Amino acid sequence: MSELLWLIVALPFAGSLLLAMAGKHLPRLAAAIIGVGSVALSAIVMLILGLDFLHGNPAGVPIHQTLWQWINVSGFSPGIAFHLDSVSLTFVFVITFVGALIHLYAAPFMWKDEGFARFFSYMNLFVGFMLLLVLADNFLLLYLGWEGVGLCSYLLIGFWYKDPANGYAARKAFTVTRVGDTAMVIGLFILFTTYHTLNIQDILVATPHTWAPGSTIATTTAFLLLGGAIGKSAQVPLQTWLPDAMAAPSPVSALIHAATMVTAGVYLIARTHVLFELAPVVQSAVAVIGAVTLIVAGMAAIYQHDIKKVLAYSTISQIGYMFVALGVGAWSAALFHFMIHAFFKSLLFLGAGSVIAVLHDEHNMYKMGGLWKKMPVVFWTFLVGACALSALPLITAGFYSKDEIIWQAYASDKGSITLWLTGLAGAFITALYTFRMVFLTFFGKAKAEPAYRQGMGMTLPLVVLAFLSFVGGFIQLPDNMGHVTLFSHFIQQVLPATTPTGTAVIAGLPSGHAAEWIAQLIAAIVSIAGLTLAYRLYYNKPFPAAEPVRNPIQQFFFKGWDFDLLYDKVIVQPIVFFSRIDKNDVIDQFYTGLASVAGLFNKGLAATQNGKLRWYAMALAIGAVITLTILLST
Amino acid sequence: MTIPMQYGLLLAAILFCIGLAGVLVRRDVIFMLMSVEVMLNAAGLAFIVGGAARSSADGQVMFIFILAMAAAEVSVGLALIIQLYQKFKTLDADSASQLNG
Repeated sequence: MSELLWLIVALPFAGSLLLAMAGKHLPRLAAAIIGVGSVALSAIVMLILGLDFLHGNPAGVPIHQTLWQWINVSGFSPGIAFHLDSVSLTFVFVITFVGALIHLYAAPFMWKDEGFARFFSYMNLFVGFMLLLVLADNFLLLYLGWEGVGLCSYLLIGFWYKDPANGYAARKAFTVTRVGDTAMVIGLFILFTTYHTLNIQDILVATPHTWAPGSTIATTTAFLLLGGAIGKSAQVPLQTWLPDAMAAPSPVSALIHAATMVTAGVYLIARTHVLFELAPVVQSAVAVIGAVTLIVAGMAAIYQHDIKKVLAYSTISQIGYMFVALGVGAWSAALFHFMIHAFFKSLLFLGAGSVIAVLHDEHNMYKMGGLWKKMPVVFWTFLVGACALSALPLITAGFYSKDEIIWQAYASDKGSITLWLTGLAGAFITALYTFRMVFLTFFGKAKAEPAYRQGMGMTLPLVVLAFLSFVGGFIQLPDNMGHVTLFSHFIQQVLPATTPTGTAVIAGLPSGHAAEWIAQLIAAIVSIAGLTLAYRLYYNKPFPAAEPVRNPIQQFFFKGWDFDLLYDKVIVQPIVFFSRIDKNDVIDQFYTGLASVAGLFNKGLAATQNGKLRWYAMALAIGAVITLTILLST
Repeated sequence: MTIPMQYGLLLAAILFCIGLAGVLVRRDVIFMLMSVEVMLNAAGLAFIVGGAARSSADGQVMFIFILAMAAAEVSVGLALIIQLYQKFKTLDADSASQLNG
């Protein structure tokens, strides 16, 4: 069974290739069948293989498959080879399964678009590269997938290329993530010069023996890899590209900018966890970055009026939670939240896409309202997603995944009371902006009429994802409630378990189960408090149907803490300034000189082509004489 | 009596140079064509002299080839000259120096 592994990756690539070559000549239905079918088949192969892995392989022995050798240069021989263990299986599951649902939704969503086949060609290409990223057995192949998904993200953000703003957003996403990618490549260079291989498992086995914990080289490498993860996962300070990336069609936002690509950073850190454990400074930096991000993005989300921007900032904020979990060594909690987040956030994006589509491309929540009666399926599924996002206690999957992170931020040996409090504050903000969005969009006075009803193709994925956001949490329950550890047990085949602190973080506070109960109670109260505040402020209030008026402080948060302005002043403008005053430096002059020499040659040679027959004859005669002279004189 | 080979080759070289000079200095296309004929015959003469010196028929065979080729060349050349004259009303080779037909 395991030899089918390559099919999971090959199917989306084949679909993409087929659509790219023949997409223009195919009817829409055929393009949809190829586009959706390739990912759906890939998901089926994954399910068969995954069940086989779960049942026939209780010890979690990784499946390894080498297709062929890629390069072989003086001992450096990376292969096109896949490595499937519990961590990659979790990611492959989300990518193919959620990906297939989103593709199914996208077919009717994009039906009227003229670039229908092009859209699915890009989407399939993305799925292929993402699978390559998580299945690669060496860093070179991982990096190919890493850049491949970046390319697809660029192509899909700028999908509606006729609007220059979309092209700008695409370039911004590409450039900002490039900053992180550059750091990551340097990190990979360090790994290669040290170990002369890029095979991930070999490096992970070798690192603890060669690098001392806390040594400079381990810290530097981990820090550089973290740079790549920050860029891809839109964490502070490289988060500015993700809100602009909402220029993409909604299914793209659901697939790339919520469920899969933006969590590639989480995957990278989890995959190279050995390195991060050797660099405690960097690992705590991961937690701090996550904590800062979840507050920064959460505050920004409260003041957005564009429904997709709320979700974009929310995604940044939730990935911040995953980073906190990674930073405190709660590996399985991070991956659990990744999976649950993929369910409910893609659900929310698809629901938002439905709302936007039936209201004639209306993004402003203040111009919506009263939709809950008119779009019942979208409303109820969206509500389930919103409850999961704001982690309402006991019933939602989001509670179990987020609560575990908040608890580990307190209880892990790397946790602290500050991280815990930040997590709680983030939970409050999350509930507030989530239900602000729900109340503004679905309740109150109706300000716009839906143009049409949605078909099965679009509601089915919503229902399935809502079901998963509801029951997905029950595969992993806290110690004090049922103690189900299916997921963490599965992940711990590869990643170490979280080490709890022996003592209470603060003297006087209880530890153990009592503390966990108290922490859960506080988390539950906090999220319900956020909901209540949102209810007080936004439920059924007569807001004017326009962009809200903001005071300077609100404007500051609305602009995402003015990071764009900061980067513009500190980086973009100085570079533009220097390039303007330095237009004619030595290097430029060298190349200008090269060009003018070539121009001179051109003029000289062009002059010989004067069309006069006798000149040509003369040139022939002179040439013959010279040749004869040389021949005869030697 | 036999003429030494050097004399024959010298005559051929002189004829060739006269022909070449004619091609280079004349502007009239007909004169250039005639000069080319002189050059061809000079080459043919060199073949015959060489063949005679080695007492083989190869040089004469080559000369027959050259004659045939020269005949073809003259017929094509004259046709081109007629076209040229119809187009430009002159036989000056320099007048046909542009590629714009």
